[in-house]
Amino acid sequence: MSILAWTWIITGTSFAAYIYIAYRSRAKTTGAFYAAEQSVPPILNGMATGADWMSAASFISMAGLISFLGRDGSFYLMGWTGGYVLLAMLFGPYLRKYGKFTIPQFMADRYYSNGIRVVALLCAIFVSFTYVAGQMRGVGVVFSRFMGVSINMGVIIGMALVFFYATLGGMKGITYTQVAQYCVLITAYLIPAIFISMQFTGVPIPQIGMGSTVSAGGAAILGDPSTQGKYLLDVLNGIQRDLGFANYTEGVRPRIDVWFIAMSLMIGTAGLPHILIRFFTVPKIRDARSSAGYALFFIALLYTTAPTVAVFARTNFIKTINNVKYESAPSWFKNWEKTKLVAWKDKNGDGIMQIAKGAWNDPKSKNEVKIDQDIMVLANPEIAKLPNWTVGLVGAGGLAAALSTAAGLLLVISAAVSHDLMKGIIKPNMSEKEELVWARAGAGGAVVIAGLFGIYPPGFVAQVVAFAFGLAAASFFPCILMGIFSKKTNKEGAMAGMITGIVFVAAYIIYFKFVNPAANNKDHWWLGISPEGIGTVGAVLNFIVMYVVSRMTPAPPQHIQDLVGSLRYPGKVKA
Amino acid sequence: MSTDHATKELLAYWNDNLVIIAVHLAVWFFVSFVCGIMFADQLDAAFRIGGMPLGFWFANQGSMIVFVIEIGTYVYMMNNLDKKYDVHEG
Repeated sequence: MSILAWTWIITGTSFAAYIYIAYRSRAKTTGAFYAAEQSVPPILNGMATGADWMSAASFISMAGLISFLGRDGSFYLMGWTGGYVLLAMLFGPYLRKYGKFTIPQFMADRYYSNGIRVVALLCAIFVSFTYVAGQMRGVGVVFSRFMGVSINMGVIIGMALVFFYATLGGMKGITYTQVAQYCVLITAYLIPAIFISMQFTGVPIPQIGMGSTVSAGGAAILGDPSTQGKYLLDVLNGIQRDLGFANYTEGVRPRIDVWFIAMSLMIGTAGLPHILIRFFTVPKIRDARSSAGYALFFIALLYTTAPTVAVFARTNFIKTINNVKYESAPSWFKNWEKTKLVAWKDKNGDGIMQIAKGAWNDPKSKNEVKIDQDIMVLANPEIAKLPNWTVGLVGAGGLAAALSTAAGLLLVISAAVSHDLMKGIIKPNMSEKEELVWARAGAGGAVVIAGLFGIYPPGFVAQVVAFAFGLAAASFFPCILMGIFSKKTNKEGAMAGMITGIVFVAAYIIYFKFVNPAANNKDHWWLGISPEGIGTVGAVLNFIVMYVVSRMTPAPPQHIQDLVGSLRYPGKVKA
Repeated sequence: MSTDHATKELLAYWNDNLVIIAVHLAVWFFVSFVCGIMFADQLDAAFRIGGMPLGFWFANQGSMIVFVIEIGTYVYMMNNLDKKYDVHEG
């Protein structure tokens, strides 16, 4: 059967499964819509969190991104996993004890202020829209690459599906479809990686294969018998040096910047509302703790595989393309040229493809080959000469990753509108039924806006992803942390700290990304910290301001201090 | 059930909890920020796991493996602590 047929079959089957699951778990109460009736078993919550977390970018782009960055790329790996340690120990169990539905609501109760609620819900909406814009585009791109429909049509199909299960099932529907989506995406990611590791090193576990020696079969694929028996990473380092790049296993970025980016991604992860609300959905506090562990385990399966894919794909790509006559290029290269993810421009007219430093379309550079980062994952099955069905599986996996993340984010937006804005501030007396209508309308409206972002992608999306993490790091993380671990932190402190963090991070990023992009390099950055890492500084400023202002203004009322006290013990505590 | 607790006992529970968190965060910081970033070059030069220099390994795999194990030990220790102070859920 052809690749196209397999793709349609696998994608169609998985979509039918998502729809069936969503229909079976439709929500009738706000408790079900916002928190899945607090009935999700921790292992399933771990899977759902994993699918929620791993986006189109994690699935399609991350391995390629790392393959260009070498060891420096590891800030993505550590940054996007280390946050779960913080979630498990600092947030999850206490938020579950609190037990309500949204992060703005927690902030409003803990800091006895609707002003905080407004700031928090605006942050939650901004962060979620920033993130969701890329997801719907991702759905469209996968559809167009694997199934030959237009990107816009792909976005519309994705919208219709998410619209159906997000408005019908709320958190409950989303959770169980995410469990299914996790299974699809992890299978789709691991199978090609395992096969490639086997072919190159004879080791079926990619994480070990990365540190192993090249097998006879591997050397044959690379077309270089001398590589046999050498460590794969040594081979790659040698290739890198030959082409004038730094060793793959060495870092070149200033260490302080790597440090701050990793920290910013970690605390940003721990402050992202769509991940935090997952802890409301489990039955018990000990389930909140363990589900963070399961989530990280399921995420680490993909995140420890990604750097191996990066190494295998980069080695193979350069070895089989560089200095090779275009006529004898491997068939996958010609297949993917149609998608413009790879391209070749014969600058010196010798009919041979040469890879070098610099951009392929820059006449001054000797580089003749365009390598889009996404190719490293998307072309993997063909590079490894895997059967056609695995190619279809990768398409379905990319869709699962994008759709599951989009759904989680849309729920945050919907709850911010219906629960925090309408019920919490504008119309507190509204009935549960009415609130559910607003929640569904909010989810529906958010899907449409997200879809429009997908069809008309605003140019600034890539620029503002740093914003989402920086903002979460500088606003939510410090305020929630102090809200749990410091009884004396009051609303004045929280408000002042949050505003300071947000304004600082926003100003820094806007300056370097929009006002003066020419200065966006390490010579102009403050202490050499890039806009991607500035969230760490914003968080520190938030902490300091919050602490100082809280000490200068009246302590929180006794019932708030008692509330904080009660969060710290799993059982019921008498005041 | 845990409705009536002396304040002192609850305080001791909370302090034990903070110690457990502090120890786990120290490990979290060490494997990622210290081994994976700050001293990665020195570790690279000192030791290799198969073809992987040690600092590179911490940055690409080791830190994440330790993170997963760490949450496991945290969950285990906290569940025991809940029982020791009898503050666990019914």
